[in-house]
Amino acid sequence: MANLRPVPEAREFDLARGSLRDLNLYLHKQAAADGVSQIRVKNPDGAHSIACGLNADLDVQIHGHVGYYVAGMNMHATVTVHGNAGPGAAENMMSGRVHVRGFASTAAGASAHGGLLVIDGDASLRCGISLKGADIVVGGSVGSFAAFMAQAGRIVICGDAEEALGDSLYEAVIYVRGRVRSLGADARFEPMADTDRAAVKNLLAQSGHAHDPAEFRRVASAKSLYHWHADANQEY
Amino acid sequence: MCGIVGLLVKNPALRSQLGALMVPMLVGMTERGPDSAGLAVYTAPVSGRQHKLSLYSGENQVEWSLLLERIAADFAHAHEIAAHGNHAVLTSAADPDLLVDWLGRNAPMIAVLSVGQSIDLYKDVGAPADIALRYGFKSLHGSHLVGHTRMATESAVTPAHAHPFTAGRDFCLVHNGSLSNPHLVRKRLEPLGIEFETDNDTEAACRFFEWRLREGDDLKTAVQRGFSELDGFYTFLMGTDQELLIVRDAFACKPAVVAETDDYVAIASEFRSLAHLPHISHASLFEPKPEEIYSWRI
Repeated sequence: MANLRPVPEAREFDLARGSLRDLNLYLHKQAAADGVSQIRVKNPDGAHSIACGLNADLDVQIHGHVGYYVAGMNMHATVTVHGNAGPGAAENMMSGRVHVRGFASTAAGASAHGGLLVIDGDASLRCGISLKGADIVVGGSVGSFAAFMAQAGRIVICGDAEEALGDSLYEAVIYVRGRVRSLGADARFEPMADTDRAAVKNLLAQSGHAHDPAEFRRVASAKSLYHWHADANQEY
Repeated sequence: MCGIVGLLVKNPALRSQLGALMVPMLVGMTERGPDSAGLAVYTAPVSGRQHKLSLYSGENQVEWSLLLERIAADFAHAHEIAAHGNHAVLTSAADPDLLVDWLGRNAPMIAVLSVGQSIDLYKDVGAPADIALRYGFKSLHGSHLVGHTRMATESAVTPAHAHPFTAGRDFCLVHNGSLSNPHLVRKRLEPLGIEFETDNDTEAACRFFEWRLREGDDLKTAVQRGFSELDGFYTFLMGTDQELLIVRDAFACKPAVVAETDDYVAIASEFRSLAHLPHISHASLFEPKPEEIYSWRI
């Protein structure tokens, strides 16, 4: 039986000619109604909040470097940045997939609840801060305070980590392959179980990064900060 | 929030385009700093014993040619003045310290924005695009520059509080961020005879580094000392007649992006101020790491 669904069309926005507001309005209000599922964005030139707040199964391909908050609050959509991202990439993502092919600035994936954030290059400081359930795969290295106060979700770091990795972690888990300059308060290395190796294998496969899961170490919360200790003398 | 921009051209053929390349960088940082803007541009040095003083009269109408006559009456040296509205560059073979004293006594409505053999300095309140137009930034020539767009958080919106700040000769600094101990730094420097012109936190950093330079530190060593002396958030961009330097504090909350090609090094708070530059798609792009010092020489 013939497939009667119309073939989804692609649509291109050139931000050197059109406005960012028109692009985001189209993505929010019109794309799904038009049956357009692929949107290509040219000349982003560091603009802020490109493809923010999406709530549909769209495939947005951004060709160039973007500024703050790309794909923030994303739901369902797949957003690919063929370039670098400014601060707060995919912050508060709920679901879907955000892929930064270059490097990402500070606070990538901050507070993200769900979905997958892939950063092929390095991530700057505070990657995955306050993570609430999303998965993050960083192909390069992360700056200081990665996963600070991360509550749920997983972060796979294929390179190194700077200072205070996993400071004040809750239930999120970090897998790191390279050198760790220092662990944050209450973060500790733990043995890798089969389930950990399977999780790393799966996330690497989803993100297109080829490494041996056996090379990764698990960092999780020692949970010593979960309860108040009157005699801890506030020396964490 | 503020915006910073810096540009150093490695290819001497681009020196005549320094201003034209920079204006879109500065205007691109308007959202980060809509209330004031400023620029230090480093030109080929004036010769021998000559120095340049960048002068600013603000709202006051100054007859610059008359000022030059009064200076010539008191100083038996060669002087010339290039005026542009309320801004002028005085070039003189007289001792610049004596000239600054003289201006303070005889023309107190005029602010001396900078002193040196290479530096010219412009700053004013208003939108960056208006200021760029007001002072003809597009046609400026030189080897490197340091620019700033300001959104005031720590002190008043006045030309004196705008960046760049200068101290000593041919040294300037712009700042995105806020210092938490500027008063302690100031208390330490004032007994050494170092005078402050404003209550601005950035001025404390500028005078601290310049003091260290006079004490014999090179700029990198001075900045290294700043890690333990200056507390707060900062991306600092600094210029001397020979060098452009950027550094971010340990938490790197204030952004910066560097683009480097064979022809230039361009620095801005955000990539959107670099997107127009020639061959930017082939530039090496990176964010300065916290507490790492990056500098380039002309």
